[in-house]
Amino acid sequence: MSKTYYDPADLRKFGKITEWSEELGNKFFDYYGKVFEEGALSAREKSLIALAVAHTEQCPYCIDAYTKDGLQRGVTKEEMMEAIHVGAAIKSGATLVHGVQMMNKVNKLDG
Amino acid sequence: MATKSLHKRESDLANSNRQLEILSNGIFQNGELPTFKNKIAETNQFPLKAKKLEILQINVGYMCNQVCEHCHVDAGPDRKEIMTRETMQQCLDVIKNTGAHTLDLTGGAPEMNPDFRWFVEEAAKAGVKDFIVRSNLTIIRANKKYYDLPEFFKKHNVHVVSSMPHWTRGKTDKQRGEGVFDMSIKALQELNAVGYGMPDSSLRLDLVYNPSGAFLPGDQMSMEKDFKKALMEDFNIQFHNLFAITNLPISRFLDYLIASENYEDYMYALVEAYNPAAVENVMCTNTLSVSWDGYLFDCDFNQMLELPVNSKVKHISEYNEDLLEGRNIVISQHCYGCTAGAGSSCQGTVA
Repeated sequence: MSKTYYDPADLRKFGKITEWSEELGNKFFDYYGKVFEEGALSAREKSLIALAVAHTEQCPYCIDAYTKDGLQRGVTKEEMMEAIHVGAAIKSGATLVHGVQMMNKVNKLDG
Repeated sequence: MATKSLHKRESDLANSNRQLEILSNGIFQNGELPTFKNKIAETNQFPLKAKKLEILQINVGYMCNQVCEHCHVDAGPDRKEIMTRETMQQCLDVIKNTGAHTLDLTGGAPEMNPDFRWFVEEAAKAGVKDFIVRSNLTIIRANKKYYDLPEFFKKHNVHVVSSMPHWTRGKTDKQRGEGVFDMSIKALQELNAVGYGMPDSSLRLDLVYNPSGAFLPGDQMSMEKDFKKALMEDFNIQFHNLFAITNLPISRFLDYLIASENYEDYMYALVEAYNPAAVENVMCTNTLSVSWDGYLFDCDFNQMLELPVNSKVKHISEYNEDLLEGRNIVISQHCYGCTAGAGSSCQGTVA
């Protein structure tokens, strides 16, 4: 048993989740593959969205995977960092917009 | 950024036997990953056999004006292996009689061979359908004596194939050296100016993209689209096709993979991306590589690993196309580099 919660080598084993639930695993990977195909959005745009979400989800496997995926697609480090800022901005905005709720409550209780 | 070859630095990895040991030990010895031989045997593709020769690739020397981070040739200004006119003459005798439709000159920087121009002039007379020179671009701007190369290439209807790792300065210079991007851009503009790479021009100008680090190349067509858009918008440069080439884990790239602790992950990535359809058209089955001293190899990578052809015919002086056809290709784990994803060859993807 590993002594750490995350092991980079585990990413390679992701496909093995299918072994314990074949039908659901296969459905998931079919869906996953389809999502990232070229569509109304380019595969490159989807890769950058995935990178931003990987950060907001704070998933180390996804961060490794979509950093590498971006490099393979010729995405620059400047583009990657801007994408992460989009995620960070939404995260902080989502925190701060709740400030309105706090203000409403203060005004109601102590206005 | 390295300024000397592994050979000059007397690195352990300058020894090809050491490289082959690394490629056969560890994860391939303990069974974590299958050897290339076992992998192709799974789909009944072992042994790989040479088909009819289509491409004759000649390495006219390892000397180069650049010391690129990932060079599989370990080329650089300090390499003195240069093809002599005598060996070139032996090559010309073969070029005149070959059934191959493509002649492909490479190096090092082939233009630095003192007999390069003579060789091109003579070889062009043989009338091979596609005559490629792999030019690193910066050589065209390196010294006044090379400034007329675009005109020289045009005169002999040479197909120019040049390396360009990215459309941005930072990524290009990181891999190929400070100032390489600006010089390459200038060289491309000069090639365009004489007609190379223009949409309807018969003067072919193709670019080679290989990744700047420990990752595989993306989709060749998407990369070509991105390169074309960026080079046109930023520099008004045009070219015909982009060849996406996978870095093979040998020589300076192997050195980089080990030093950056990426070796195992990279080999896993290559094996996971293994594509039997790419094996079908892998370049060693229709190419022959000639070294600066006239010896024959299945590909430029085997040349650098000093793995000669498995044939009675070993040298260009005893060349016999019929005897070479059907030979068993010499393989090791580096071959996974040519069979990953859409495959990889000196002419780009193969599957």
